[in-house]
Amino acid sequence: MDKFQTFTGIVAPLDRANIDTDAIIPKQFLKSIHRTGFGPYLFDEWRYLDHGEPGQDCSDRPLNQDFVLNQERYRNASILLTRENFGCGSSREHAPWALLDFGIKTIIAESFADIFYNNCFKNGILPIALPSEKVESLIEKTKLNIGFSLKVELDKQILIDSNETVIPFDIESFRKDALLNGLDEIGLTLSRVEEIKSFEIDHLKKYPWIFKS
Amino acid sequence: MIGKTLFDKLWDSHLVRENEDGTSLLYIDRHLIHEVTSPQAFEGMRLANRSLWRTEANVAVPDHNIPTKDREKGIEDPISKLQVDTLDANCDSFKIKEFKMSNPNQGIVHVIGPEQGLTLPGMTIVCGDSHTSTHGALGALAFGIGTSEVEHVLSTQCLIQQKTKNMLIKVNGELKQGITAKDLILYIIGKIGTAGGTGYAIEFGGDAIKSLSMEGRMTVCNMTIEAGARAGLIAVDQKTLDYVKDKPFSPKGALWTEACEYWETLQSDENAVFDKIIEFNADKINPMVTWGTSPELVTDVENEIPFSSNDKFQLALNYMGLEMGMPIKNILLDKIFIGSCTNSRIEDLREAAKIVDGKKVSDSIKLAMVVPGSGPVKLQAEQEGLDKIFINAGFEWRDPGCSMCLAMNADRLEAGERCASTSNRNFEGRQGQGGRTHLVSPAMAAAAAIKGYFVNVTNADWGN
Repeated sequence: MDKFQTFTGIVAPLDRANIDTDAIIPKQFLKSIHRTGFGPYLFDEWRYLDHGEPGQDCSDRPLNQDFVLNQERYRNASILLTRENFGCGSSREHAPWALLDFGIKTIIAESFADIFYNNCFKNGILPIALPSEKVESLIEKTKLNIGFSLKVELDKQILIDSNETVIPFDIESFRKDALLNGLDEIGLTLSRVEEIKSFEIDHLKKYPWIFKS
Repeated sequence: MIGKTLFDKLWDSHLVRENEDGTSLLYIDRHLIHEVTSPQAFEGMRLANRSLWRTEANVAVPDHNIPTKDREKGIEDPISKLQVDTLDANCDSFKIKEFKMSNPNQGIVHVIGPEQGLTLPGMTIVCGDSHTSTHGALGALAFGIGTSEVEHVLSTQCLIQQKTKNMLIKVNGELKQGITAKDLILYIIGKIGTAGGTGYAIEFGGDAIKSLSMEGRMTVCNMTIEAGARAGLIAVDQKTLDYVKDKPFSPKGALWTEACEYWETLQSDENAVFDKIIEFNADKINPMVTWGTSPELVTDVENEIPFSSNDKFQLALNYMGLEMGMPIKNILLDKIFIGSCTNSRIEDLREAAKIVDGKKVSDSIKLAMVVPGSGPVKLQAEQEGLDKIFINAGFEWRDPGCSMCLAMNADRLEAGERCASTSNRNFEGRQGQGGRTHLVSPAMAAAAAIKGYFVNVTNADWGN
């Protein structure tokens, strides 16, 4: 995983609560056996007026002009701004894969669903939870100012707008470190091989039936 | 000494180490695998040149893409076929036990785990599927994970986790006659909301939960994720042990006795401390019907769609083609789906069959289908003659799989079609682009098939 770097990006407001992972990437695209190539199908049912199929060339599909990411001012957004419980529903990691493939590196929301939140960190996406009044005010700003951007500084845990307004955010230290260092979690766990093996031997003695099937 | 919750006990017994940063390394006993969320994990493992940690911990089954009819013809959609073939090839190459499409025990992963005795009390169980919470009904700590974590478990038999908080949802009293586990969990989600359980593992307790069958408990734990909690839990009791006994892969003989001694300790201690406790009275619950595009947008069949100035209500109603104030009983349906990891077990099919017995599906219904959760469920139902009851009434009797719960195979809603479904999600497009889903119990779906609209199955004269 690449290290998370400080960046400045356009913010796109998706002013809606409870956006589920079925909406982020519909089921037909889950048939792929690869991790990449989901970007064109991100929010497929909201973004296009026709029905999309995996592998389809999206360049001449009819666009839903009302959908935020189709509007010229938000097309190059790398920060998604949304409401509560973003990413609820299915555990499909295809959702963060699609967001990343589209170019989204940070998601700001009032809150996130647990599995999606966790999946973001495995893919170098930073999900930031902010209080609803902060989200409300940011949504206002994106609507009033074309090209409204934020600088995301993870090491300092702050967002900065072009007026130098600073918005601090919370993040657990282990998650922050994982993103900043592009941590290989599996590699980290495998550095504990002896500990896992010794746990396993003890576990087998206590609960031998687990190992019988 | 402070008592432990059931969740604490399960957590502690699988703790390999606690890290200084607040995370823990948790040992995983059972890893269930299906075709949709695993190919990239196997590929990742190969690319990193890592090997499978413990082969026997893994069990696989294709379920999402599987056709529910004319199965002998194979999978028509080449992309679906490639995904299932990839699972078969990965399992063959890593020697993982797999219930292939042609296996008589194939079925939905969350149905076959408990049915085969692969899900046991006290285990940690994960799967790249959010409805893994189902297995918590047996007193196991079970939760859904993403594909990166699937790879992590394949390679290390562990996961780096942060302990969630403890919530107890206590349902006191008795459910009224005809009220099912599905009505109960929809009612709870309606009260606490789809994010009400975020950050928690939810243990369900109280007399109404204890009275539920194991199938009913699985329905409740299955939909815990629709309340935002990754894991649902129910304490082990005699019903749990009776259910697990003599399953193909459950322990036998002396090992059974030893296991039971341990499993009987799997309840929260009397003095356990929960971070949050919510209580409900079971006798307040009526048959429930969702009317929106989130499981929390739900009401009792006798009610009208509520009035609200909340934006999310209007957005949902626009999609659903409904209006505030409309009685639930006035909603006309096009299709009926009885199936999914929520409600496709034998008891669910019996409940539905009891309703349709001797009746006919309404002419206004385009398609009514029953999709059993597994091969053994289908066989059992056929031995009891349930298939005949459904077929005589005009239902299609299909082969097991996830089917129209998420419409990855050929079973789906067309745009604008309205379905009474026993599944778990009424999200936009879930059952097919533009499709409209109303989540209900098997009995309610069955009665809706007969009438063409929703009725209250607990009224003796619903059929008139």
